[in-house]
This record gives sequence, structure tokens and C-alpha cells, in this order.
Amino acid sequence: MKARVTVTLKNGILDPQGKAIEGALKSLEVEGIESVRQGKIFDIELAAADRGAAEALLRRACEKLLANQVVENFHVEILAAQ
Amino acid sequence: MKAAVLLFPGSNREGDALRALKAAGAEAAIVWHRERELPQGVDLVVLPGGFSYGDYLRCGAIAAREPIMDAVRAHAARGGLVLGICNGFQILVESGLLPGVLMRNANLRFICRMQHLSVARADTPFASHYETGQVIKVAIAHGEGNYIGDAETIARLEGEGLVAFRYCDANGAIGGTGNPNGSMNDIAGIYSERFNVLGLMPHPENLIDPLVGGTDGIGMFESLAARA
Repeated sequence: MKARVTVTLKNGILDPQGKAIEGALKSLEVEGIESVRQGKIFDIELAAADRGAAEALLRRACEKLLANQVVENFHVEILAAQ
Repeated sequence: MKAAVLLFPGSNREGDALRALKAAGAEAAIVWHRERELPQGVDLVVLPGGFSYGDYLRCGAIAAREPIMDAVRAHAARGGLVLGICNGFQILVESGLLPGVLMRNANLRFICRMQHLSVARADTPFASHYETGQVIKVAIAHGEGNYIGDAETIARLEGEGLVAFRYCDANGAIGGTGNPNGSMNDIAGIYSERFNVLGLMPHPENLIDPLVGGTDGIGMFESLAARA
């Protein structure tokens, strides 16, 4: 089973990297961008066959390591069963 | 005073911490991160600066979850002293021993230079050889030193007097251009509720010898060494 975990900064947390990327896009004249927030993606392969169990396992992985919940949110998505 | 300096893959200031502790008269040894227990009779655990695990995922995140950190948590729970410097501070916030988080510097640059700090209080095991309000000059060298906490955390730190050091200029004026990285309330270091855990971004261990630019850092290690 394949899954994708997305970790993003919570609203209100200053993201200087996102701001710098936003500025760079503007200077490249890529028009129409309101704002940019940078995050992380983890593509994960799981041995589990059960979707519910896989989601629970990934949430535990996020809580224990992948996200710092002081400043980050996470989102778990099961991409495809094998 | 018996100190253990933890060495993680990617730590690089362990030798400086060891030298500072010994110069102040403490007994100190390096402890490899794969150990599961601290040496018998350790009074102080030092988490040194550097780039543990290459700063992968988040600075300090992986080191903070190693088994040896369970021993450090137990040591702190017993009232044992813990000092985290720079990456060590990042490990302490990631491990839950101190609140808040250290984000990318507001100007996005790695900052490596001398920095003045204001000693917020001297009545702690780490700062007894300083005076409250004293301005000291030490080194900073970090890319992620921007201290952030939610409103509740900042209010608690301020309300309970848990701020240890604040960034200031040479005259002791706190904040403004004296704040190098955007830290909330110009926080350079914080204590735990019982004042037995200190995390700070600056490097007092690098300023212990006039040969390398000053001795303002030795006070912290003398304060610690003066304890039983």
C-alpha cells in the first residue's frame, strides 16, 4: 500500500522560506500568485493491507516524528492499495 | 560536578563543551549516543552544538527521539541538570524537555558572529557567576534560532521568569537590532519550570579563553562546577 503524508506549517506561523519563494516567483514575473507556504511531502510504502490500520499507523508516525505539532499540521492520504 | 557530554552523529561542539567544563573544574566525559544509560553519578548532561543527523527532517528531531534521551528525561525528572547549547537547545525543544520551537532565522541566513546577551536572572545553577542584567559577549552560529512559542507558552515563560538570556546590543539595550534571528521577546535561552534544564542558542563554551576573543562564557561553567 502506498501513502502520502503532507506536513504544512500552521496558519499564523511565519514562513520565511515561503515568503522568499513568493518573492522569487514575483521577480520571475510569474503573475497571479497571492502567497506561498512551503511544506514537506513523505511518500511511504506500507506492509499493511487494511486502510484503516494504515491510516492509524501513519497518524502515529506523524505524531511521534514526522510533524512538530507545535507549529505543523499533517495530512495522511492513502494513494493506492497494491 | 560530574558532567556527561552527549555525542550524536553530526555534533561538532562536544570538544568545546568538554574543554569549558574542565577549565571550570568539572569532571567531564563524552558519552556516545547509542548508550542507553547515563554514567553513574552524573550531575549534568550537556547536549552540544552541531548538526545532529545532518539537521534532517527538523533540527534536533531525530536525536530527540533516541533511547538515550529517555535517560536524559529521567535525569531531568529527578532534578538533574541538563544544558542544551545551539543544536542541543533544538534537541531539548524537540524532545519536549523545553517548550516552543526554533524556526529558520527571520532573515533566512546562517548567522555566525559575536553577540551580546543580557542575563535575565543570576539565581540559577547555570548563572550564579553572573549578575542579573549583566551584558555578556559570546558567539552565535545558527540557521534555525528563531524562538517561537504560542501566546500561552510565551506568557508562561515571562510570568514564571523562565527566560534565561535575551539578545541585546553592546549597551544592554534588549531587542531591536540586537535581535539577530527574530526570536519572540528577544529570547536567546530558556529554563524549565524547576530551573534545572537550560537551552540556549549562543555558545558560551567558545568564550572561555582570552586567546580566542573573550572569557564571558566561562561564568556559566564556573556556576555549574561550583555546585556539589
